[in-house]
This record gives sequence, C-alpha cells and structure tokens, in this order.
Amino acid sequence: MKLGPIALGLALVAIALAPLGLKNYGVYLLTLWCVYLMAGMGLNLTVGYAGQMSIGHAAFLGIGAYTAAILMKMGLSFWFVMPLAALICFFVGLVLGFPALRVQHHYLAFATLGFNVLMYLFFRNEEWLTGGTFGISGIQRPGLLGLSLDGSAAYFYFTYVSAILLALVLWWLIRSPWGRAFAALRDNPIRAESLGVNIMAYTLLAFAIGAAFAGIAGAYFAALVQFIEPAPFNLSASLMMLLMVIVGGSGRFFGPMLGAAIVILLPEWLRFMKDWYLVMFGLAVVALMIWLPGGLLSIPERLRRT
Amino acid sequence: MGDFLQLVLSGTAIGAIYALAALGFTLLWQASGTINFAQGEFVMLPAFITLICLGYGMPLPLAFAVTCLASMALLGVAFKKAIVEPLIRHGVIPLVIATLGLSIGLKNLVKAGYSAGPNPFPNIFPSTLISLGPVRVSAYDIGALVLAGLIVFALQSFLNRTLTGRAMQACAQNTEAATVLGINVKRMVLYVFLINALLAAVTALLVTPTYLAKFDMGDTIGLKAFYAAIIGGFNQTRGALLGGVLVGVLENLTGAYLSPAYKEGVALMLFLVVILFKPEGLLGKAEERKV
Repeated sequence: MKLGPIALGLALVAIALAPLGLKNYGVYLLTLWCVYLMAGMGLNLTVGYAGQMSIGHAAFLGIGAYTAAILMKMGLSFWFVMPLAALICFFVGLVLGFPALRVQHHYLAFATLGFNVLMYLFFRNEEWLTGGTFGISGIQRPGLLGLSLDGSAAYFYFTYVSAILLALVLWWLIRSPWGRAFAALRDNPIRAESLGVNIMAYTLLAFAIGAAFAGIAGAYFAALVQFIEPAPFNLSASLMMLLMVIVGGSGRFFGPMLGAAIVILLPEWLRFMKDWYLVMFGLAVVALMIWLPGGLLSIPERLRRT
Repeated sequence: MGDFLQLVLSGTAIGAIYALAALGFTLLWQASGTINFAQGEFVMLPAFITLICLGYGMPLPLAFAVTCLASMALLGVAFKKAIVEPLIRHGVIPLVIATLGLSIGLKNLVKAGYSAGPNPFPNIFPSTLISLGPVRVSAYDIGALVLAGLIVFALQSFLNRTLTGRAMQACAQNTEAATVLGINVKRMVLYVFLINALLAAVTALLVTPTYLAKFDMGDTIGLKAFYAAIIGGFNQTRGALLGGVLVGVLENLTGAYLSPAYKEGVALMLFLVVILFKPEGLLGKAEERKV
C-alpha cells in the first residue's frame, strides 16, 4: 500500500515534465486530456459513485464552453466566467435531474440522451447566440496574476494544476460523510434509505455536481481550443465520455484518468490504424464488459483473487 | 389543407418504418431486459449485407433473403449468445455499455471495410406520384406504409393468437411462472432475438432508399426508434407503432411549418415530456419490475 502514494507522485511529476519533450501538438493533446479528465471526474461521481447513467455529459461540457466563450467575447474575465459556467451547469443539472430521478433509474439515461440532442440542435441552430455551425472564434486565454497563459506550455500547466485541484475537491467530497452516503446508496439503495439517507436528494446532488464539473471543463476547453462549434458536444461525444469512465473503471478514483488517456491519447499513437482503431476500440469495450466489467483498474484485484 | 394531409401521410409512412425498428427494440426489452443501443446499427448492417449481395450479381429478392438469414445469424443468434447471455446477469448497465461499444465497432467496421460515403440502394417500390384528391403521394410512401402496417399487424396477431406467441408474452411477463408452466423460456427469448433481427432487415429494406446506405445511418434511425419506443410505451408492443407514427408526423410538420432546423425538435420535446411525466409511455401500463 506504501507503493501507491510514491507511484502517484512519480506519475504527477512525469506528466508535469512531459511538455518539455513534446511538440506543440503533443502539449495540446495533454491539455485536452486534462480537460476531459475534469469532465470525466464529474461523470464518475454520477455514474461510478452515485450509480446513475448519464448519456448527456457533453451537453454540460457544451453549456460550459459556450457560456465561457460568449461572455469572454463580451470582455468578461475567465475568473468570473468559469465559476459561472459551473453554477449554470449545476442548476441545469438540478432542473433536468429532478423529474428524471423521480422515476426508475435508467430513465435518467434516457432524459440526458434527449437533453443532449436538444442542446446540440440549439448550439447548431441559434446562430445569433452561438454562431451556429460557424462557431465562435478568437476566444482569449486567461491570465493569472498578470502572467500570460497564451503559450501552449503555460496553458497546460494552468489546466494541469486546476485538474489536480479539482481532483482534490472530488477526493474530499468522496471521503466526507456526505460522499460515503453515495457509495452506500449505489451498493444497496434500500438499506441506505432505511438508514435515513435521502436517496433522491443525494443522487440529484451527485448528478448536479457532476454537471458542474463538466461546466468547469467546458470553460477550460473553450480557452484551450479558442474556437468552438457544436460538433464536440454531440451525442457521440457523450457516449465517448461515458466509455472513458467505464473503461478506466467506474467508481474508482483514478478510473477517468486512465479512461481519458485511452480515449484521447491512444488514437493518436495508433493513427496508422485509421478507422480500424475505432473498430478495435468498440469491440474491446464489449470484451471488457464481458470479462472485466469493473474496468481496466480492476485488473490488479482480479489477479490477486485468482 | 392538401399540403397538410400530404405531410401527415408521408410522415405516417416514414413513422411506420421507425415503428418497425422500435418494435424490435421493445420486444427485446420485454423478453430479456436488453436495452439495445446498437439498434440503429442493426438496421445499417443488413443494408450493407444486401449491397454486398447485390454486388455479387444476385437479384434483389435473393439478396434480401440472404440478408434475412445473415442478420438472423449475426444480429439474432450471435448477438444473444456472445453478448447478451454473458452480460444479462450483471444487470442493465454493463449490457447498455456493451451495446454502445458494439455500435461504435459495427459503424467503423463498415466505414473502414466497405466505404465511408453514401451508397445508393435499390427501391422496391416505384417513386411515381399518385394523386388522391388534393393529395399527391409517392407510391413508395404508400408501399412502405402498407408493408410496415402488415408486418406490425402480423406480428401482433402472432403474439396474441398463436400458442408460441402467447408463450413468448408469458415469458416477458413472468419468467418463473412461464418456466413452471413448462414453457421453454430460453427458446422463446431466442425467437424474440430472431424476430428483432428480421424486423431490422425489413426496416433496412424500407428505409435505405431514402436515407442512402451509409455507415452512420444507424445514428438517426436508432435514435428515432428509441424515441418511438419510449413515447409509445416501452413495455407495450402497440405503443411502438403509435410512437413511430407520432415521431414521423411531428417531424414532417415541424420541418414544414415551424423550422426545418428543428425538424427533430418537437418529437424530441414530446420524448422528454413523456419520460419526465408519463415514464410508462402513452400506451404503457406502469411497470412493476421484477427484482
């Protein structure tokens, strides 16, 4: 068990040093990984810890990104816009989740799916607000205490540190009595309820907090790519985000980190495979569900048990 | 008025096709608790199997017969044995994820292995226009509507009037009681998977001439079938038909009268409203799930 913290420290340092040996595009991908990691951690809270299926996480990423882009184009600061994006997503999450969670549990999956398609239509069609398919370009990167974060390495470190801070928040949330109620609820809802856990309130909050994480990620995403259009927020993006969480290991703290790396970085190394990569990926997901439903991070446990 | 009727009629025709895919979707759910997120790809794959057969010079009827057999083997038997059976005991979520993976895999298999562009597909009905009073409809719309309606009717009679059909319903309603009554539950569930595969093949035959055969055609069809199934009632066979027609008609009317950009919008809103306020669907009965 002592090995854990050392390995984690080494991994953190290794990722921090990685940009030194990478070209601009590599640094960009690494930053993108951090962004999806933030969103993925939020989704993990909803899916892995609270046991709810959400198939509309990209819609929240989109709401965050468009909020940030539109307001920053109006001259507002990133530091004001980013928390605002989180707040908006949190409330939209509450409004969507409240009626959906009253009914059975796969209905949240259906409702989020419909919500995602609707938001995508909105992003694409409301040209006066979102620029439609032309998108919004020329989004400024934020500054920090007078320092410019325009360079790709500087922005990477900014996003990296933010992702770590967000991870610490999540860590604290899960360790708190409040977070432990989530796990109780996922493992045995009836027992949790009889112990006085208000299932509805807890799942709703888990869903809304997950959405808020995606909102924050959206703001970072907008400032990273500096040009947003509807495509990254469609239904397949949501499905990919869900797979990120599941492939790594849902309900495991480090699941989204591995999952996001597999979904974002691996296709770049395997670029020579072109479309065949996604064929392999899809079928690998099926195989994973059959043999290793706990995700890749459950391999060590599985080995220990046999 | 003529325009309106015309839009309703062609909407009903396309809606009846959605209903076929939605019907397979609800049947799978009822019989085995499978939510198949690859249903759209289950329609896309037969379309390409037909194209490949045609490419070998087969006439269309023979090509379609081969397609039916192939989809029963692949999307029926193989899907059930290789994916559903090992996963179903873990609950709904792993199976949903696996069908998502399957959908990505199948889509890209066709994209990488066949073609990434749209391919024309032979039309089994002529596209000549027929005038019915003020309404002008294409023979294709009427043909699709009649054929889809006949299939739904035949399936409904099969489920309600034959011994096998009733046994299949019994399995869906109460697996244990069905077993006690001496029904071969496994075989009945297999029949459902075969019916779903056949429905998918027929949907492909009817929908592909308008949609064109493309690797991602399943995205739209799968989504529409999904809306239709939920709107009509997830646990009701008749519901799929109502849902499909509603989605098709609403789509047409929205596109023509409100905004082409939000063609899907109204059906989608109806879908969300149904989920949030009447989750058992318009025709469904409130569901008591077995634990």
